[in-house]
Amino acid sequence: MPEMTATTDLSSRYYVREHHPENGTLLGFWIYLMSDCLIFACLFATYAVLGRNFAGAPSGAELFDLPLVALNTAFLLLSSITYGFGMLSAYAKKQRAAVAWLVITGLLGAAFLGLELYEFSHLIHEGYGPQRSGFLTSFFALVGTHGLHVTFGIVWLVTLLFQVGKHGLTRENLRRLMCLSMFWHFLDVVWIGVFTFVYLMGTLP
Amino acid sequence: MSEHHDHHDHDDGHDHGSVKSYVIGFLLSVILTAIPFWLVMNRTMDSATTAIVILAFAAVQIVVHMIYFLHMNAKAEGGWNMLALIFTVVILVITLSGSLWVMYHMNKNMMPGPMPGAPAHQMNGMN
Repeated sequence: MPEMTATTDLSSRYYVREHHPENGTLLGFWIYLMSDCLIFACLFATYAVLGRNFAGAPSGAELFDLPLVALNTAFLLLSSITYGFGMLSAYAKKQRAAVAWLVITGLLGAAFLGLELYEFSHLIHEGYGPQRSGFLTSFFALVGTHGLHVTFGIVWLVTLLFQVGKHGLTRENLRRLMCLSMFWHFLDVVWIGVFTFVYLMGTLP
Repeated sequence: MSEHHDHHDHDDGHDHGSVKSYVIGFLLSVILTAIPFWLVMNRTMDSATTAIVILAFAAVQIVVHMIYFLHMNAKAEGGWNMLALIFTVVILVITLSGSLWVMYHMNKNMMPGPMPGAPAHQMNGMN
């Protein structure tokens, strides 16, 4: 990075020369996310292979409620920007604002999960559970795995809120918040694939 | 790169974004989400065209998220982030296209027609 060495002092130049990533945790966490990405790729591939095997059960066009999915997408998208504002407040050392934004993010995530659980319970109640057809198996596996990720994201978020409440916005807590931020935005990226490939394309005749 | 940070606060040698970049990313995402939903819900085009268009919108939106929310660029973590991403995308493309290709030909060439005991079983890729 020649332009960086030109503008920073000698000490940071030493760091650049050493080829140390500036933050090993974030790089490691990014690599974890990439491995998670491969899990989702396998589930997407499974859905692509099985998604049209209806075995006499209704297809996505008959089962999916697009306005509900649009609402769910809105929740997740909104939670991405509120998490972003939370991070900006955290970097500015405004703890109360950061906590408030993170609480809003968690509530949006919970609303997303609530709608998804409602959809799942509705499908299972109608007799279209994961065991009914290849399409439904791959659907529950893919969307359910994403939902589990959101669940654990919320658990992590609540844990961090306690950490921040107890120790404040320390360097360690900022780093943890940063990792969760990547996790949260990554889930939003996966959801783009889910609503496009599963819900929208599944509804097409 | 955030060069206003002094060395001790350098745990995050990383682009944090700003209110402006988050809002731009959010507005782009809303537009890129609303158009595919509108296209599918209003059935403006035939299925094949709609599918291609919404997949293109999804691809653009993933890039938007990468840039505005995940702050992806070629310099983050000395380029290693980008390298890991490129590696993953290569594996991802091989996994997805390989699975589809293999399974399509399996369905087409090896399935002995409708299975007994599974009436009205619709098979993918059957002629």
